[in-house]
Amino acid sequence: MIISRFLRRGISTSTSPTRRWSWWDHVTQALKDPINAVTDAFLADPCPYKINLGVGAYRDDEGKPVVLQCVREAEGKIGATNFLESTSTAISSKLVEESAKLIYGEDSDVIKERRFAGIPALSGTGACRIFAEFQKRFYPDSTIYFPDPTWSNHRNIWGDAHVPDRTFHYYHPDSKGLNFLALMDDVKNAPDGSFFLLHPCAHNPTGVDPTDEQWREISSLFKVKNHFPFFDVAYQGFASGDVERDAQAIRIFLDDGHSIGCAQSFAKNMGLYGHRVGCLSILCNDKIQAVAIKSQLKQISNTMYGSPPIHGISLVSKILSNPDIKALWLKEVKVMATRIQRMRATLREALERLGSPLNWQHITNQVGMFCFSGLTRAEVDQLAKEFHIYMTHDGRISMAGVTTKNVDYVARAIHEVTASDRDTKILHNIGAYKAYTFDPGGKKDRTGTGAVI
Amino acid sequence: MFELFCCLQPFGRVSMVVASNVSRFEGITMASPDPILGVSEAFKADNHELKLNLGVGAYRTEELQPYVLDVVKKADKLLLEKGENREYLPIEGLAAFNKVTAELLFGADNPVIKQQRVATVQGLSGTGSLRLAAALIERYFPGAKVLISSPTWGNHKNIFNDARVPWLEYRYYDPKTVGLDFEGMIADIKAASEGSFILLHGCAHNPTGIDPTPEQWGVIADVIQEKNHIPFFDIAYQGFASGSLDTDAASVRMFVARGMEVIAAQSYSKNLGLYAERIGAINVVCSSPEAAARVKSQLKRIARPMYSNPPVHGARIVANIVGDSALFKEWNAEMEMMAGRIKNVRHKLFDSLSSKDKSGKDWSFVLKQIGMFSFTGLNKAQCDNMTNKWHVYMTKDGRISLAGLSLAKCEYLADAIIDSYHNVS
Repeated sequence: MIISRFLRRGISTSTSPTRRWSWWDHVTQALKDPINAVTDAFLADPCPYKINLGVGAYRDDEGKPVVLQCVREAEGKIGATNFLESTSTAISSKLVEESAKLIYGEDSDVIKERRFAGIPALSGTGACRIFAEFQKRFYPDSTIYFPDPTWSNHRNIWGDAHVPDRTFHYYHPDSKGLNFLALMDDVKNAPDGSFFLLHPCAHNPTGVDPTDEQWREISSLFKVKNHFPFFDVAYQGFASGDVERDAQAIRIFLDDGHSIGCAQSFAKNMGLYGHRVGCLSILCNDKIQAVAIKSQLKQISNTMYGSPPIHGISLVSKILSNPDIKALWLKEVKVMATRIQRMRATLREALERLGSPLNWQHITNQVGMFCFSGLTRAEVDQLAKEFHIYMTHDGRISMAGVTTKNVDYVARAIHEVTASDRDTKILHNIGAYKAYTFDPGGKKDRTGTGAVI
Repeated sequence: MFELFCCLQPFGRVSMVVASNVSRFEGITMASPDPILGVSEAFKADNHELKLNLGVGAYRTEELQPYVLDVVKKADKLLLEKGENREYLPIEGLAAFNKVTAELLFGADNPVIKQQRVATVQGLSGTGSLRLAAALIERYFPGAKVLISSPTWGNHKNIFNDARVPWLEYRYYDPKTVGLDFEGMIADIKAASEGSFILLHGCAHNPTGIDPTPEQWGVIADVIQEKNHIPFFDIAYQGFASGSLDTDAASVRMFVARGMEVIAAQSYSKNLGLYAERIGAINVVCSSPEAAARVKSQLKRIARPMYSNPPVHGARIVANIVGDSALFKEWNAEMEMMAGRIKNVRHKLFDSLSSKDKSGKDWSFVLKQIGMFSFTGLNKAQCDNMTNKWHVYMTKDGRISLAGLSLAKCEYLADAIIDSYHNVS
C-alpha cells in the first residue's frame, strides 16, 4: 500500500504550479448511505406527486416536518445564556439526569441511588458509537450481537470501533413477526457474557417488538447467560404514544437486576433531528464506579468531538425538567404516535378494500415509525420507477410519510406491484400451483432481509 | 452456568433469587483528568480574593466575564424569528455553512474554490474536524505519521492516538530564546520519512503564541514540498491573532497558492465565541474537483458511524453571520476589539514586567508572541509557585491565557511572574 502510494507521487522539487499532486488518487468514491440514497433519489425525481417513505423523520398529515410546540416554548426560555461555556457543565448534567429518569423511571433504585454513569451524546448514533468504543477499550476481544435485521448504521458504528458483529434471529419473514424460538436459541448458544444490542420498542426496520412476556423470558435467559444488554432507545413514546409503556422492556431488565447500557435519542420523539441530542448511560454498582466510568466516556468523546452542542442539550433539559413543558411534550408525542397508528390502519383497510388477498395484518401488528412491508427488492424498485414512491430496498416503509391524502395512492401502488404475488396466492389457493420454490433474491422472495449495509 | 441451565424448564422463568449482577465494568479506573480543564476546576475550588484564572483559552472581557458576541445574539434572534425546521442536515453539513467557511479561509476568489477543488465537511468544532481528518489518514495512509510541534495543544496527541494514527514531534519552542527553534523545526521536518503529514498551526500557535514569520513560512513550505509531505493546518484562531481574518489566513493561502494539496481544520469556538455549539469544518484541497468529490464522500463515510450528521444550530449562526455583509462587518469589528484587548493586555504586562524587574531580563517575548496564549518560560516548579503562592492558575507547561487577563490585574501578574522566575528553581 505504502509502496504504491509513493509510486503514485510525482517526486519533484519543482515548485511549478502546473505540477500535478496525486495524494488522493487512491481514494475511491464511497458507497452512498442506503437510507440517504433513497432521499437523494426522491429529491432528484421531478414528479409532482412523488412520495418519500424513506427516512424515519416524522411528518404531519400535510406531509410537512413539525417543530413541536414544547420545543418552541423551551427555546423561548433559553435565550442566549447557553453560549457561556461556564454553564455548559451544569446543563449537561441536568440533561443526563432527566434522560436517565425518563428511561429508567423516576422511582427506580438506580435513579435514587445515582447508580449510573451518563454523558450527553450526539443523538442515538453518537451514544452507540461512544459505547462501542468503550466496549472495545475494556473488552477488546468482545463481539456485538445485532438482531437480524437491524438499522443499517449499527454495523458501521461498531465496525468503525473495531468490534466485530454477529447476528441473532429476530424477524420471521413468513409471519412478518418475531421469530421468538430462534431468537432464544441464538441467545442461548452465544458464549456467556456476550454483548447484545436490543431495540426496546419500535424495532427499526421491522416494527416487530417482543411482547412483555417474551421480554421477561429474554431477560431471564440473559441472566442465566450473563449477557450484557445494550438498548438502542430511538423511539420512546413513538411506539405506543406513552413514554412509560415504551420503556417496559428496560424496566423488566431492571427488575431482574441486570447491568445494562442505553443509547437514547431525542431526534424523533422531540423532533430535534438536526440538533443531535441524546444520552449514553451505563448502570453501575455505586456512585464511585459511576464517576470512574463517566470519566472514561468523557475521555472517549473528548477526542472525537469534545462535547455535544449546547443548544440541543438545553432544549431537552428544559423540556424534561419543566413540568408544564413536559406535559405538553407528552401530549404532542401521543399525537404523533396516534397519527401513525391511524395511517397504519388506513393503509391496511385500503389494501383490503382493493381486494388484495395477501395478508396485510403486519401493517397494524408492527409498531412505531416503520412497517416492514414484505415487498421484494424488485417491487420496491417498481414502486419508485412507476409510481414515484420511495422506500429503502428492504421494503421498509416509513409510515410517517403516509398521509390521509396519499394513503389511497400508496395502497393502489402496492396492490399493483404485488399483482404477481396475488396471482401466486390465488393459484396456490386453488391448488394449481404445486410447489412454492424457494427463490432467494428473486421475485418470489419475500424475506425482506435484503437489508443493504 | 451450563449445569444450571440444564435444570431449568426450557425458557421457563428463573424462580431462584439471583444476586444482583457484579458490574462487568469492575476494573475500570478513573481516567486521568484533562490537564487544561482541570485547571479551571482547581480555580473554582480556590476562595482567595486575588485568584486569577489564566488556564482555558476562553475569551473574557476586561471585567473577566464571559462574552457573547453581539453579532451572535443578533443571529440567534434571527433564527428564533425565522422558526426554521429541525430536520437532519446532510452528512456533510449545512451547505450554506460549508460554502462560507471555505471562502472565509481560502478567500472567496481563490481558484481552488472556483474550481471546486475543496472537499469541505462541517465538523464538530476543531476537535471533531481534526478527528475526521485523522480517520481519513488512518484509512488511506496506513502507517503514515503525523508530525506535531513540540509543544502543541494537549488534545492533538489524544485525537491521533484514538484514531490510531502514529505521530512524532518536531522541534518548535526554544526555551533559551522563548521563541521559535526554526532550524530544529526545519531539520526535523526534513528528517521525517517522505509523505508524512505535518501539523501546522495556521496562526496564534497554541500553547506558545509563537508564529513563524512570512519568510519562515515560505521555507517551511519549501521543505514540505521537497520531502513530498502533506501540510495539515489547524486553524483555531482565525481573526484572533492579528485581529484581521484575512491576515490570519495568510499561511494557509500561501501553501494553497503554490498548488499544494492541503488539509485544514477550522473552529469557530474562539473567534465567534461558539465554544459550546461545536461548529467547525474540515477542508481538503485537492488537485482536481473529481478528487475532491471522492475525498468528500469518504469523509462522509467516516462521519456517518460517528454521529450520522452534524448539529444544525451553530452552522446556521455562522452561515447567517458570514453570509450577511452587515453582520460580517460587525463581526470583523468585534473580532478587532477582542484581539485588540489582548494586544493591550500584552503591552501592559510587558510594561509592568519591564518596570518591576531590575534584573535586566528580556521580557519582549510577551510582545512578540501572538494570540490568546503566552508561553512564559516558567518551569513546572515555578508554575506551582504561581498557583500556590499567588493563586494564579495556568497550565504546567508555563502557558498563560491572556484572554483571561485584565489590564487591572497586569501588575499583580507581573509581581507573580517575577517572583516565580527569580526565586524558584
